[in-house]
Amino acid sequence: MFPEPWAAEAFAMTVHLHENGLFSWSEWAEALSIEVHRPGRAEDGSDYFDCWVAALSGLLVAKGIADAGVILALQSAWQRAAEATPHGMPIELGNDPLR
Amino acid sequence: MHDDHDHHHHDHHGHDHHHDNRYSDMQARVRALETVLSEKGLIDPGAIDAIVEAYETKIGPRNGAHVVAKAWTDPDFADWLKRDATAAIASLGYTGRQGEHMRALFNTPETHNLVVCTLCSCYPWSVLGLPPVWYKAPAYRSRAVIDPRGVLAEFGVTLPEEKKIRVWDSTAELRYLVIPERPEGTEGLAEEELAGLVSRDAMIGSAIAGAAS
Repeated sequence: MFPEPWAAEAFAMTVHLHENGLFSWSEWAEALSIEVHRPGRAEDGSDYFDCWVAALSGLLVAKGIADAGVILALQSAWQRAAEATPHGMPIELGNDPLR
Repeated sequence: MHDDHDHHHHDHHGHDHHHDNRYSDMQARVRALETVLSEKGLIDPGAIDAIVEAYETKIGPRNGAHVVAKAWTDPDFADWLKRDATAAIASLGYTGRQGEHMRALFNTPETHNLVVCTLCSCYPWSVLGLPPVWYKAPAYRSRAVIDPRGVLAEFGVTLPEEKKIRVWDSTAELRYLVIPERPEGTEGLAEEELAGLVSRDAMIGSAIAGAAS
């Protein structure tokens, strides 16, 4: 089914946002198609959900819902937060030492 | 949300120090998108969980197999499926979330149908769940159109030369469900038993019903 939990979440977020009318499914298919057809994608389709996440990020930026710089900054913040969180504790964004 | 907290293997001596958590770029990117969308009030975590759970437990090829078995046993339903697959399938409780239309492709002794999405990976999720990895791979997406007979042979399906193969390219608006031919010798079987003969691949057209896939 889903290779990893983040893939399931990305999938569900997309379905949810579409149901709430943020974009049409054709807009989504177009965004996904662009990512899937980028040079260097895996021949076996194993990076399919990477494409999915890239398409969702791109569409949110194109729609003015999210800012590309903000997404990247938050991505780094979550990675720092994960590394700063002791094993066994829930990872929270507030654990980022730079926040 | 999922508990995707990283669980690293403990070392052989069971010492409990230096067990860092790490987020891959993709994990962190998804978290970042969730953060942005939550802050704007655009996602409801409960709804996200419900969607994930539905796709992991309720929505899958058994839905499609139910449609096929009903078409095999109920001629009125089969007619409806031919005329208006979207409505016929919805009558069984399987509705697409993307507002897409469904079309049922009936395999016959003369014609075999095979479904692909050359654009990306459009797929009839409501009846088949999530697509298999090979369906999303560039190799299948390009070769299914150019050499369907060769692709089918690789799936272990060898069709008589005189049998025509039609390849259908899915779109965001139109998805296809292959209705395989009912296997011979199944006249006495009930709908539920028949559904057990219908594999996911048979409903994509990369297998035939009642045969090991």
